[in-house]
Amino acid sequence: MLFTSYAFLGFLLILFVLYYVLPGKAKIVLLLIASYFFYLSSGLWGGIYIGVTTVTVYVFSLFIGRTLDGSKAFLSSPEGKALSKDEKKLKKDQAKRKATLFMAFCIMINIGILAVVKTLGTMRTDILVPLGISFYTLQSLSYLIDVKRGTEKAEKNILKVALFISFFPLTVQGPISRFSELKDTLFVPHKFEWKNVSYGLTRMLFGYFKKLVIADRLSAGVLTIIADTGIYGGGYAFLLLILYTAELYADFTGGIDIAIGAAEVMGIKVPENFNCPYFSTSLKEYWRRWHITMCNWFKNYVFYPVSISKWMGKIKKFTGSHFGAYMGKRIPVYISSFIVWFLTGIWHGIGWNFITWGLLNFAILMISEELEPLYDRFHKRFSFSNTFGYKVFMMIRTFILICFLNLFDCFSNVGQTFSVMGSVFTGGKYAEAFGGGIFEIGLSRADLLIAGIAIIIVFLVSVFKQKAPVRDRMQNLPMWCRCILIGGLFVAVIVFGTYGIGYDASQFIYNRF
Amino acid sequence: MMKKNTAKKITGIICGALVTVLVLALLQRLVMPKYMSDVLEGGMIAEYYDERKDHDVVFIGDCEVYENFSPKVLWEKYGINSYIRGSAEQLVWQSYYLCEETLKYEKPKAIVFNVLAMEFNEPQKEEYNRMTLDNMKWSSSKIKSIRASMTGKEHFIEYVFPILRFHSRITELEEADLYYFFDKPDVTHNGYYMRVDVKPAENIPEPRDLSNYSFGENAYHYLDMMRELCEKEGVELILIKAPSLYPYWYPQWDEQMKEYADKYGLKYYNFLEDIDEIGLDFSLDTYDSGLHLNLSGAEKLSDYFGNILQNECGISSRADDSILSAEWEKKIKAYNREIELQYDRMRKGEDVK
Repeated sequence: MLFTSYAFLGFLLILFVLYYVLPGKAKIVLLLIASYFFYLSSGLWGGIYIGVTTVTVYVFSLFIGRTLDGSKAFLSSPEGKALSKDEKKLKKDQAKRKATLFMAFCIMINIGILAVVKTLGTMRTDILVPLGISFYTLQSLSYLIDVKRGTEKAEKNILKVALFISFFPLTVQGPISRFSELKDTLFVPHKFEWKNVSYGLTRMLFGYFKKLVIADRLSAGVLTIIADTGIYGGGYAFLLLILYTAELYADFTGGIDIAIGAAEVMGIKVPENFNCPYFSTSLKEYWRRWHITMCNWFKNYVFYPVSISKWMGKIKKFTGSHFGAYMGKRIPVYISSFIVWFLTGIWHGIGWNFITWGLLNFAILMISEELEPLYDRFHKRFSFSNTFGYKVFMMIRTFILICFLNLFDCFSNVGQTFSVMGSVFTGGKYAEAFGGGIFEIGLSRADLLIAGIAIIIVFLVSVFKQKAPVRDRMQNLPMWCRCILIGGLFVAVIVFGTYGIGYDASQFIYNRF
Repeated sequence: MMKKNTAKKITGIICGALVTVLVLALLQRLVMPKYMSDVLEGGMIAEYYDERKDHDVVFIGDCEVYENFSPKVLWEKYGINSYIRGSAEQLVWQSYYLCEETLKYEKPKAIVFNVLAMEFNEPQKEEYNRMTLDNMKWSSSKIKSIRASMTGKEHFIEYVFPILRFHSRITELEEADLYYFFDKPDVTHNGYYMRVDVKPAENIPEPRDLSNYSFGENAYHYLDMMRELCEKEGVELILIKAPSLYPYWYPQWDEQMKEYADKYGLKYYNFLEDIDEIGLDFSLDTYDSGLHLNLSGAEKLSDYFGNILQNECGISSRADDSILSAEWEKKIKAYNREIELQYDRMRKGEDVK
C-alpha cells in the first residue's frame, strides 16, 4: 500500500475515524492491528521478518532487563551488600557480560536477516526485500541497546514492542525513532484535538505536494538521462545533478511529511528527520540537517560505542605514543568515522556505489575537519567571509557537492558515476541541453514550469520556517487567508500532482534502502 | 465567547471547504475531455437525457449501431421513433446497463442489440470505458456498469471524481475546452453519428484464425440478463449484426448467435447476409473502407431494417402523432443542415467532422 495510493488514503480515513471513536486502550490495539494490516498489505511474507524481529527483540530485551535488574536487586539485598567490593564488581561484570551476550546474539540475528535479505535482493531480482526492513531493524535495535545501556526499561507488554516496531507511518522510510521518543505519545490514547488533526493534515498535504507535484514530475527526466548517459552527457549530466537532487529532496521529505503528519493527526509525536538541509554551509552541517534520525542512530549506536571501546583506547594509546598527541586523538576519530560511513553506505544498499558514497562522505568530512584551523584563519583575515553573501556562496557550494554525491544513488556502477561526474566538466552539450534539449527528456515546458513554481513554494516555506514553524505562523493569519492557503495547496496537489493512469505509481526513493 | 469563536471557526472551515470544492468542480469541468475536436464519439451517451423518452425502438451497441442506422429514415419512411444508445467499443455489460437505465426512463416496443461486442468477454480499454461511462447519469446502473467495466489499472473513485483521472490535461488544454466549458452541441442525430464522405472498402484484412470461437461466459451472462430484463419489462429484444465488413464476423460466431436466438425465441438478423438485398455498395456506402457505413449506406440499411421492424416485428407507424411530427420536423432540419455542412467541408477540402 503506497502512501500515494487511494487505498492508503481510504485506510487512513477509516483509521482516523475509528481511532477517535474507540475508547481508551482500544486505540492502541487498533493502531497495532492497522500497522500490521498496512505492513502485510505489501506482502504476507514480510510479516515473517517483522514478526521475527519483534519476538527476538522483545524476548532478548526482557532477558537483558531481567539480568541487569536481577544483578541490581541482588547487590542491594542484604546478601549482596555483604559482598566485598571486588565481589560486587565481579557480580556486576558477570551480569553485564551476560546482558551483552544477549544483546549481541539478538543483534546478530537481526543484522543477519537484514544482510542476507538485502544481499539476496541485490543479487536476484525475484527476491523482494521486505518493506522498510532497514528502518524497522535499526529502530528495534535502538530499543534493545537502550535496554542494555539501562536508559530504557524492558517493556513487558509485547503488544507495545510490536507497535513500536511496526507503527505504520514509520515502517516505510522512517523517521528512525527511539523508544523513548515515541512511548510518551504512541502508547497513550489521545482525545480528539482540532489542532492535532489540522496540523497533521496540513503536514500530510504538504508532503503530497512535494511528492506528487515535484518528485514524481521530475522523475521522468531523471530516468531518461540515467537510461542513456552516452547520449545525455555534459549539460544533461549537469541537469541530472540538479533534477535528481530536487527529486530526492521532494520525495524523501515529502514521504516523511506524510508519515509525521499521519501520526500527528492521532496526537502521536514523531521526531523530525530534516531541518532545511540545503541551507547547510558545509557537509558536516548537512549531515546534521538531512536524515537526522539515521545520523543520530549511527552516532549513538556505532560512533560513540566504537570511540569509547577498549580496543579503540589501545589504538589511541599506541598512536599517541608513536605519532604524537594530536594524531593520538585524531586516529580513533578517523577509524570510528570510517566505520560509521562504511556502515551507512552498506545500510543504503549492498553495492559498491553506496560504499563509495559513504567513504567519499567520510573523506570529505575528515579533510574538512583537518582544514578547520585554516578556515578559521581565513574567516579572521577576510571580513567578507562573515557576510550573508558569503554564507549563500557556501550554501551553493555545499549544495553542488551534495548534488555530485547524490549521483551514486543513480548508478550502481561506480566507474559510470565518476564518468558522469567528469562529463559535467568535459562533456559539453550545455547549449544543446539548455537550448531545447531539456524538453526532450520526458519533461515538457509545462512540467518544468509546474515543478519550478512548486520548488519556489517549498523554498519559501523553508525560509519562513527559519523564524517559527510555518503552521504556527499560519495560526496568526485570518481564517479566509488560511483557507486560501490550504485549499490552494489541496487544489494544486489534485490538479498538478503526477498520479493516476498514464503515470507509474512511483515508490518513494528511500523505500529501496 | 468561546462558543462564538468555535462557531466562527467551524463556519470558516465549512466556507473554505465549499469554495475548494467549487474550484475543483470548475476545474473538473475544464479538464474533462469535451470530444469536440479530434474524436467526436466520446460524449454521445449524454445526449439521450435531453430527449423526450417516448421511443418505439432503442438501438443499443457499439459503433456498428451509431454509425450504421439513421433514425431519421426510420421516422420519415416508417413513422418509427427510434434512438441509438451507442458508444465506441461498447461492451456487452455496458450495453446491458444502458438497456437497464433506458428501461427506467421508457418502455420502447423493441430493444435492438448489435451482437459484435459478444467477442469481448473481459474489460478492454480504459479510453473506451470512459466514452461510455463518463456521460451516463449517476444511477445504480452506472455504478454497476463501472464495476463491470474497469480494467486492472482503473479506480472507481476516478469515475466519481473524474478530475483524478483527467487532471493531467491541465497542461494540454485546447480551445475547445474553454469554448465548450458550459455547454456543447449534440454531435449525433438521435444517436446517429453521420458521415457523408466516401472511402471504398479495399484490401479488407483477411480474418485470422482464432484458437477458440466460443463466446465467453461473461458475455453470455450479460446477454442473458438483457434478455431476461426485456422479457420482464415486456419489451422485444432483437439481435442484429450490422453489415460492417470488418472486424470480421466469423461463421462460428454467427452460428452461436443463431442458436441462442432459436433457443430463446428471439429474432436475429445478420445483415451481412443481406448486403445485396439492402443494396449496399461498399465502393460508395462506407467512409472508412468497410468498417462503418456512410450516410448513403446507413440510410439504405435503415430503410431495409425499417421494413423488417414494421412488417416482421409489428412496430406500427406513429407518423400521425402531431407532437412527434413537430419534433422530427426540427430534427430533420438539423439533419439536413449537417449533411450540407459536411458536403461543404468536403468541397473545401476540410475534415468532414
